[in-house]
Amino acid sequence: MLDTLKLPERHYLNNGHGLKSWLLTKDHKRIAIMYLISISAMFLLGGLFAAAVRVELMTPEGDLFLADNYNKMFTMHGVVMVFFFLIPSTPAVLGNFLIPPMIGAKDLAFPRINLLSLYIFWVGAAFFFYALFAGGVDTGWTFYTPFSSFASNTNVVPTALGAFISGFSSILTGLNFIVTIHRMRAPGLTWFRLPLFVWAHYATSLIQVLGTPVVAITIIMVFVERAFGFGIFDPTRGGDPVLFQHLFWFYSHPAVYIMILPAMGVISEVVSTFSRKTIFGYSFVAFSSLAIAVFGFIVWAHHMFVAGISTYSAMVFSFLSFSVAIPSAVKTFNWAATLYKGAISFETPMLYAYGFFGLFLIGGLTGLFLATLGVDVHVHDTYFVVAHFHYIMVGGAIMGYLGGLHFWWPKLVGRMYSEFLSRISAILVFVGFNLTFFPQFILGYMGMPRRYHAYPDEFQVLNIMSSAGAGVLGIGYLLPVIYFLWSLKYGEVAGPNPWGASGLEWQIPSPPPTENFKEQPVVHGEPYEYTPHVAREANLV
Amino acid sequence: MSNAVAHAEAHGHAEHHTALQHHFETMQQQKEASTLGMWVFLLTEVLFFGGLFMAYLLYRTWYFEAFAEASRTIAIAPGAINTAVLIGSSLTMALGVRAAQTNQRTATVRWLIATIFLGLVFLGVKVYEYADKFEHHHVPGANFISESPWAAQEQIFFSLYFTMTGLHALHMIVGVAIMSVITWMAAKGRFDEHYYTPVEMAGLYWHFVDLVWIYLFPLLYLVERHN
Amino acid sequence: MGSFGIPLFPEQASTFARDIDALYLFILAVSAFFALAVSVAVVVFGIVYRRRHAGEVGARIEGNLPLELLWSIIPTMISMVMFGWGASSYFHMRTPPAEALQIYAVGKQWMWKFQHLEGQREINELHVPVNRPVKVTITSEDVLHSLFFPSFRTKMDAIPGRYTQLWFEATKVGEYHIFCTEYCGTNHSGMIGKVVVMEPSEYQAWLAGGGVEGTLVERGGRLFQDLACNTCHLDTGKGRGPSLNDIVGKTVELADGTTTVVDEGYLRESIINSQAKIVRGYQPLMPAFQGLVSEDNLVALVEYVKSLSPTATTAAPAAATPPAAPAAASTNPPGAGEKN
Repeated sequence: MLDTLKLPERHYLNNGHGLKSWLLTKDHKRIAIMYLISISAMFLLGGLFAAAVRVELMTPEGDLFLADNYNKMFTMHGVVMVFFFLIPSTPAVLGNFLIPPMIGAKDLAFPRINLLSLYIFWVGAAFFFYALFAGGVDTGWTFYTPFSSFASNTNVVPTALGAFISGFSSILTGLNFIVTIHRMRAPGLTWFRLPLFVWAHYATSLIQVLGTPVVAITIIMVFVERAFGFGIFDPTRGGDPVLFQHLFWFYSHPAVYIMILPAMGVISEVVSTFSRKTIFGYSFVAFSSLAIAVFGFIVWAHHMFVAGISTYSAMVFSFLSFSVAIPSAVKTFNWAATLYKGAISFETPMLYAYGFFGLFLIGGLTGLFLATLGVDVHVHDTYFVVAHFHYIMVGGAIMGYLGGLHFWWPKLVGRMYSEFLSRISAILVFVGFNLTFFPQFILGYMGMPRRYHAYPDEFQVLNIMSSAGAGVLGIGYLLPVIYFLWSLKYGEVAGPNPWGASGLEWQIPSPPPTENFKEQPVVHGEPYEYTPHVAREANLV
Repeated sequence: MSNAVAHAEAHGHAEHHTALQHHFETMQQQKEASTLGMWVFLLTEVLFFGGLFMAYLLYRTWYFEAFAEASRTIAIAPGAINTAVLIGSSLTMALGVRAAQTNQRTATVRWLIATIFLGLVFLGVKVYEYADKFEHHHVPGANFISESPWAAQEQIFFSLYFTMTGLHALHMIVGVAIMSVITWMAAKGRFDEHYYTPVEMAGLYWHFVDLVWIYLFPLLYLVERHN
Repeated sequence: MGSFGIPLFPEQASTFARDIDALYLFILAVSAFFALAVSVAVVVFGIVYRRRHAGEVGARIEGNLPLELLWSIIPTMISMVMFGWGASSYFHMRTPPAEALQIYAVGKQWMWKFQHLEGQREINELHVPVNRPVKVTITSEDVLHSLFFPSFRTKMDAIPGRYTQLWFEATKVGEYHIFCTEYCGTNHSGMIGKVVVMEPSEYQAWLAGGGVEGTLVERGGRLFQDLACNTCHLDTGKGRGPSLNDIVGKTVELADGTTTVVDEGYLRESIINSQAKIVRGYQPLMPAFQGLVSEDNLVALVEYVKSLSPTATTAAPAAATPPAAPAAASTNPPGAGEKN
């Protein structure tokens, strides 16, 4: 069976050659590939800034960088990773590529707006690069006023504008997904027959369209303060710096759910496929996605428990913050229950899913410490918080993204990658990640503050462990670049459904033709149906 | 008559309108998608302006005296004229959509041009108002001069005034540009009774920008005017 | 305290520490339980239910409502315990006892300035007595900072234009870290110091080495004269300004009809931005001292006015009080185009 597999003659990658056919494309799949290249480059850049931070922190003294330059390193690490990597990642690459085929459509509702969203991303990144080459920015990715509006003498305006512009890329992607999912599902594909990947992206899109505009206007307010001397947050004129925090976190808290929900969507698909079993509690998982999106909007001030908000407000936000943890817990239990009486295999995507379980569990559970008022007062703005959000953002979101890339790579390029190397990479990422970030929980409880260039001697041992782990993690992240690129030319031809997965995207060729489907499919069955017949046909065990 | 039928014959699928994009199955689906898309976009605009309204709400509660005094220094007449102009432009816009809907090309173009004209009048009045503010040293920052005991907080009022009306004016400029494109398309006969969605969507956007002004006018110009 | 030479917990040096560490360990135990339970389950399932031959598929199980309810409700209940304990500890941490010793902290780039009532001024070092509640009223001269005492398990942001506060009761003599925990620019990680907890007798001795300028109240009294406050704020209340005797803790009616409680925040705001909240019945004649009085001197003036209300105790400054400008602001709004 394996020898007879050939790449289709005509597919989206060879349908039109030359730069113009790519830069002016309306094909969601080509746009997804361009996003893949763009955000991979940004991830590399963000990783370099992280490396700078971790190397400096190996010694208690600030001896590698001048203080100002170190401050720029962690700021730019955050800006690049949040705005130019994590927010787009799974939606712009996997969502863009897969949502139309998953719902039986030829493209998204607004292909030109999809292309526009990519252009806008590039323009936003260009502003950031300008800021970088003009000397960098040192406000922290959170741009707190009055430091960002009056005290910093670095390139705040171009960076802020870069983030502002990239926000519109995110809004347009979300808008496109919402309309597509509402209006372009194939006949017979009711809401509760949708793959959970689609539900996850729908919930994500709701957050993108409702939350991002608020941070956009907040950035504008900082911009007018800095550029024109207006006073909105200026305490010398009666302005309130804490107002900035409220407006900023109103978006930036839901933003973290933009980052994790799509990854959760990937996990649903991978766990189901590699246990050959339908997801346990489908509707609970679907509704949990929506619940996370909704509750995510009402908890923002848990970032501000020590910012001078009233005791009463703090209690309300602490209470609400526990509410947002529950749907995530429900999902995790449902995924675990899916494995029960499954038929499980451990190809690389499943390794990433298992890695996600471990890391997301820790990340999510440590959120409980932060939602608890008494403890948060102690650990706020320490390395405990840094560890928590990296467990979720990296251990959760990036594991999900990488797992998804490894799962759908054969669909994207028509070829398989080296299973051996990819498993090594997954294990290195898991081990390196834990070594990097687990010590930071301890450092945080000990009192080591965030954004510190130098620290007291007693924190050094744990910092060295963390930096060593970062080295391992870096190798784990670089390996995929090698074997994915290698697979483009030398990988085994994959065929339409190498994993024996369910879903409309696996019924079209790999790589798919530009129009995805010759004729619009009609859906009869439920999602995640696995039959022994299809299973035997899958050309990988 | 539109070019749609001529295109359909040349194209070889007699059933579909020239304007049907090929990733949609029917014109109906395309129109529904466009409409939903525009409403979602307008929702994002509500949140966008919303941040400024939140800041306004907070500071007006804290510094009412400052806000009232600052608001009283703003001349009502230009603002009132602009309000009438914008409401008028929403009327001409609605009439333009109606004309497109009933396949009256000339009337469509005329009503759209009227809308653009009124939009430009609005912007012209705004230029006058802003210039006036510079002269009277009401621009926050280095330019600002005030004898009032609440001078500091008045700067916050004016910061919000300029940011909110400035953002609104930017939306008006974009709106005028969009209207120009739509007018050109109408003049070229791109619309008929089966396909006038762009006119309708542009109309939705225009009405929204008008609505934002209707909130801005009393909040910025009419604070405590009854004294 | 630590293991294998790696420290795990800071010293428990305040009355809060034990409770917070216990709460932390409780959450840790719950988290460890769930993390282990789920991890073990997925690993065990992965082994027991591994695919054994090519065509094998999993069982068709769609869900189980009782199970869903169980694992929604139980975590919710456990969360409520965490919330309740945390909220109660927090309320305690944010409610300073009336008899707490008052200290003022002003953060600025990049140092902490502490002032004792007796006039002692310290930079990056804070001496306090053991076994006595201490209330620190905090503000900033420029950007946001945050005052953190890890061994006391408490912190609070320093906000320009406002007073915030924290309190603690140290239980162990010794020296402990002070950190700034809100990023504030170049030397954020250098804005550190130590809190020195002393036996009461040693603390008294240290205080006696006292401030050259006298107590805060004395200094404030001199400023009150130098700035001519006494020319309008007559004791009779018939001057251009209201009498300042016995006003602290009282509710006063303002010119616009609203009321406010007289606390440190209101006193500070009335000096900096005098027109904002004028007491009803008086004209807006008081000059605004914004830019003319430093935060350090404001503290002295506030303490002086408090001394005119010998029976009052001030409650926590209302967090919702709108900011008055930071005094003698070391940051000025940039002119247009001045900075990028």
